[in-house]
Amino acid sequence: MKLSKVLLFIVALTTILSVIGCGAAAPAAPAEAPKEEAKAEAQPASSDKKTYEDLVVGYAQIGAESEWRTANTASIKEEAEKLGVELKFSDAQQKQENQIKAIRSFIAQQVDVIGVSPVVETGWETVFQEAKDAGIPVILVDRRAAVPEDLYATYLGSDFVEEGRRAGEAMDKVLEGKGKIVELVGTVGSAPANDRAKGFREYIADKPDMEIIASQSGDFTRAKGKEVMEAFLKSYGKDINALYAHNDDMAIGAIQAIEEYGLKPGEDIKIVSVDAVRGAFEAMIAGKLNCTVECNPLLGPQFYELALKVVNGEEVAKWVPSEEGVYYPEEAEALLPERKY
Amino acid sequence: MKPTTSLLKDLRHHSLFWPVVALLLIMLFNLLFTPGFFRLEIKDGHLFGSLVDILNRGAPLMLLAIGMTMVIATAGVDLSVGAIIAIAGAAAAVLINPALGRELVTSDKLIEDVTQTPLWLVILIPLIAATVCGLWNGILVSRANIQPMVATLVLMVAGRGIAQLITNGQIITIYYSPYFYIGGGYLFGLPFSLYIVAAVFLFAWYISRKTSVGLFVESVGTNASSSFYSGINEKNVKLLAYIFCGFCAGIAGLLISSNVKSADANNAGLWSELDAILAVVIGGTLMSGGRFSLVGSILGALIIQSMTTTIYAFGVPPEVVLVVKALVVLAVVLLYSELVKVSMDKLFEQKGVQP
Repeated sequence: MKLSKVLLFIVALTTILSVIGCGAAAPAAPAEAPKEEAKAEAQPASSDKKTYEDLVVGYAQIGAESEWRTANTASIKEEAEKLGVELKFSDAQQKQENQIKAIRSFIAQQVDVIGVSPVVETGWETVFQEAKDAGIPVILVDRRAAVPEDLYATYLGSDFVEEGRRAGEAMDKVLEGKGKIVELVGTVGSAPANDRAKGFREYIADKPDMEIIASQSGDFTRAKGKEVMEAFLKSYGKDINALYAHNDDMAIGAIQAIEEYGLKPGEDIKIVSVDAVRGAFEAMIAGKLNCTVECNPLLGPQFYELALKVVNGEEVAKWVPSEEGVYYPEEAEALLPERKY
Repeated sequence: MKPTTSLLKDLRHHSLFWPVVALLLIMLFNLLFTPGFFRLEIKDGHLFGSLVDILNRGAPLMLLAIGMTMVIATAGVDLSVGAIIAIAGAAAAVLINPALGRELVTSDKLIEDVTQTPLWLVILIPLIAATVCGLWNGILVSRANIQPMVATLVLMVAGRGIAQLITNGQIITIYYSPYFYIGGGYLFGLPFSLYIVAAVFLFAWYISRKTSVGLFVESVGTNASSSFYSGINEKNVKLLAYIFCGFCAGIAGLLISSNVKSADANNAGLWSELDAILAVVIGGTLMSGGRFSLVGSILGALIIQSMTTTIYAFGVPPEVVLVVKALVVLAVVLLYSELVKVSMDKLFEQKGVQP
């Protein structure tokens, strides 16, 4: 009896561990050996300036918590392969301690530059200082860390407030400056939700005819987005001229609610959302979404460009906003095949 | 005078009294403060309005609550129902459109209104998967004697991982229209999901009230070892309760994925185990097991859902939604407490004596 209990518990534990393990099966970059040789040959030729071929980058990724992050990881890896950069990639499974361990191992391996998306904002001083002492620059990607500015080389990431402002501008365009707007907020308290709300309000502050009549959290999910939109429609009905959703998934949920209510999304109720995922492009092609503001996860190209500059001692800004676009239905059909996420 | 007082007292002591009062209070609030809340109209040949929303949105929660009631009545708890929802939804979506992984299929192929698997399999396989999940929980609890909370925690954590493996971490959009009927269709003017809830409820009610199974469950929940010595196979009773709970969660998963036309392994049914437990508790079933009330749990689920819909309709700012919810729940749960019961008895009896 006792033995069977123990056995079952072990089975249970192995199940958990194996599942967690499978989710993160993204080990360090494969096939490093041949490149190592190539590097050894190339080094004497290029005396001071490094090129992509002899750049060694350590990247401490957060994990794989969302589609956005998966696309982000894919972009970092693909671009390294394309440019011939030697990438040492680590997946931290959403744990800061794993990221710190990874950074320490990068320091020990004496990489040229370390990229990191800090999973939380605080607690990075010590390990960043270690990197600095070892002469290895740190580039923050997509998320900030609360450390003194001299501990990192630069920050590459989205400006959520700017996304909000762009959404406001797009809304102004599709509504022609006039209308009642309902807002689907992201997860309460998250940086993108706070900032996207702020930027949007900043833009429409001086548009007296644009008014937010209701605002409620849809937790960035389709199901909640649909549920909240249903309630909005019951309360305000045909008074709603437009919807501003903090991400595409909530907008997609809301589109279903609007259709079930018997109105035409994209016509009776204009919709602007943020992220520019594939689903949004599909909705735009179907004429159900009026605009999506990009929040770009494909940071690979920009990241390596920055990394090379930093390593070669060139001047870079402390904050490099990622390159992001605003997309309207007219261009959706042409762009959809290129969307990677 | 006396008969009325005792009638009042009987009423107050009826197990369903407070859930009904709570529900009525929420509806009263809406009657006063939310214009148009009770408006019902016919659109596209079916009923339409906030009340229908509550029933439709509440359907998955009602199903969870039915299953959870059985588990809680055996003095257990099932934390994994949210994960099972995700697994069932993910399985259905992948069966319909096995566009797996990072290989991006061209959009026109993705959005075809076809399924790769016959519809009955799309429904059956996720339900079997969910039932197996329930079986797993049941074995851990009844055979390995692991504490229910710990045993089901295993699947609560691992289940989302499994769902993510199935969908490869992507949100899968479903374009196959017959599948939408389960969670979004209407039959005789009412949401189809309600008929599913009714069927499951009737089944659970019949089994637990018209056969001796209900008695077994209550007896196991009250005292498992004495049930064992009275000849009840308490292990199998527990096992069946968890299997049934998993099955209910599987149906809920199908409803949810069908309604939002997509499967989201990360967020589908997130925290719904807590809502389900709350619904059961509001419905008057004790966490310590024993006597249970299926009707109470349904009422509990309706209370939670009408509260949510009310909050959206009334326009509570998103930052304080959780606080408002917590206060309402606190108020409802307080109504159950011994303190309130005793003071209410005093209040009413004094009045009864005076004239």
